[in-house]
Amino acid sequence: MTESVKAVVDVERKSTAEPVSVAQRSRWLWARYLWRDKKAVIGLVVLVVMTLGALVAPYIATHDPNEQTPDFLEPPSIYHILGTDDLGRDLYSRIVYGARISLFVGISTVLLSAVVGVLLGLLSGYYGGWLDNLIMRYIDLQWAFPNFIIAVYLVAVFGTGLSNVIVAVTLAFLDDFARVVRAMVLSIREEEYVIAARSIGASDRRIQLVHILPNTMAPVIVQATVSISYAILAEAGLSFLGLGVKPSTPTWGLILSDSRTFISRGWWLAVFPGLAITITVLSINFFGDALRDILDVREKQVEGVQH
Amino acid sequence: MTRYVVWRIFYALVVIWAVTTLVFFMLRAVPGDPFAAMLADVDPAAADELRAKWGLDRPAYVQYFLWLGRLLQGDMGNSIYGSNVAVSRIISEAFPRTMSLAFIAFSLSLLLALTAGVISAIRKHSWLDHTVTIAAFLGLSMPDFWLGILLIILFAVNLHWLPAIGYVSLSEGFWPWLSHLILPAIAAGTPFSAIIARMTRSAMLEVLQTEYIKVARAKGLDEKTVILVHAFRNALIPVITVMGIAFALLMSGTVIVENVFAIKGLGRVLIQGIINRDYPLVQGEILIVSVLFVFSNLLVDILYTVIDPRIRYVE
Repeated sequence: MTESVKAVVDVERKSTAEPVSVAQRSRWLWARYLWRDKKAVIGLVVLVVMTLGALVAPYIATHDPNEQTPDFLEPPSIYHILGTDDLGRDLYSRIVYGARISLFVGISTVLLSAVVGVLLGLLSGYYGGWLDNLIMRYIDLQWAFPNFIIAVYLVAVFGTGLSNVIVAVTLAFLDDFARVVRAMVLSIREEEYVIAARSIGASDRRIQLVHILPNTMAPVIVQATVSISYAILAEAGLSFLGLGVKPSTPTWGLILSDSRTFISRGWWLAVFPGLAITITVLSINFFGDALRDILDVREKQVEGVQH
Repeated sequence: MTRYVVWRIFYALVVIWAVTTLVFFMLRAVPGDPFAAMLADVDPAAADELRAKWGLDRPAYVQYFLWLGRLLQGDMGNSIYGSNVAVSRIISEAFPRTMSLAFIAFSLSLLLALTAGVISAIRKHSWLDHTVTIAAFLGLSMPDFWLGILLIILFAVNLHWLPAIGYVSLSEGFWPWLSHLILPAIAAGTPFSAIIARMTRSAMLEVLQTEYIKVARAKGLDEKTVILVHAFRNALIPVITVMGIAFALLMSGTVIVENVFAIKGLGRVLIQGIINRDYPLVQGEILIVSVLFVFSNLLVDILYTVIDPRIRYVE
């Protein structure tokens, strides 16, 4: 974001006496800021194209992703635009179908873990006491390890397979959301508008959902964006290690893992799926970076470089 | 300070105990033990016999106390798969490999990141600065295992500069050891470099704005002294804050990168154990890996006070 835009945001913030939540801010203002950030626009466009591509995969794939043809290990050509693998399967089609799994796992795990994490953080920060203690001790335990290692530990326990990977990645990212929300709740809880709401007899649930929750959303949205890129990397990593989906499923991590056997004869098998992962993750990071600036979420609130 | 360190070591031990205990019981609570995959469909009786032999037919808490008791005597049990080798032996063979990789990765990427960060701060908005920024973004977005494969294709398969896979111990010579570790170290260290370079750049920019830098320049110190002695040391403080996170990322990178380069280190052994559902091996591995993470966090926190004497922990 350019300095001038930042200044505009600052002025706008100072003009309102109360902390401005995402919900309260003029609905289209953030979109205008986003539009001015070239990186964010590029990231967003790529992501939209990828998501649409994944949704209509059967229409844009040139072959069935599991169809075996006699063209073994063909380099890219007009028949197979990204080449074929050792079983003659079309690499481009496999990558297109792979986008479905990568994006699905990335988005679904982060949504799940955001919902549960936010709930834990809210309860923990609002009620305090033994509940807070219990939740925080568990969160601290996870905090000692990078998310990927936690996912590996959990796969060690639950076993491999797509549904287990989703559970493992969801649980692995939980602590980040709980932490962010709890810290916010602790400070919002003491705000005058919350005390006012309580004094006119608002119920706990109403205070939590109407007065506190919306004000925690900005960092949660930023955290979720960052997390999606790490969740996609985690899924690819687990698949690559043989801990993810079952063999022969077209996923980016698995195609890369298989490519190692043909490293000297089929560079395209290694290059293109990795490029797909990198472009996706890079776009999310571009978008997330801009979002962090616009929503003015400080690095302190969200681990920009999540581990 | 001493009290703080003692308290932190105690806390670290509690975390390690909690993780290993959780994993121990969860492994047994989830269906599918090592022998189910191996034998159950073919020969259930043989599977039961093996379970009895390995003590897996006993209640989980009995198994747990037996395991804990042996562990305290330094015995981690034997690996179920393969040739019944002691887990402690497998781990002690894997340990130096992972440590060598982590050490090279850490030194190479730290050197690179600090240099890149300082230069891009001094030459703000130059093409060099932009290159560093783009490289850092890429480094954080690229899967480390993909980078590893690309490095193998380029430097081993095509250029023949460095060996593609495997590990040679230091006792067989310095260069054979180092040459096998350079490519994996780059792959594992890249996200670390990216984080540290970005942090160094922004910390340096902030420090260069301060009054004491102006004073240092005004009294006629040459630029090199200003940058290296006055600015750099203070810029290191925020860099060390992210060091813990970045180092954890580097360590988890080694888990995956070892699998790319066929280095039988802790990461590769752990993954093999998980795929085989080799309980004793997985338990031992998770214990060691957890010790590594928890104590490296602790080390970073202590290092923090050494670099910046203003920081004192009270607890």
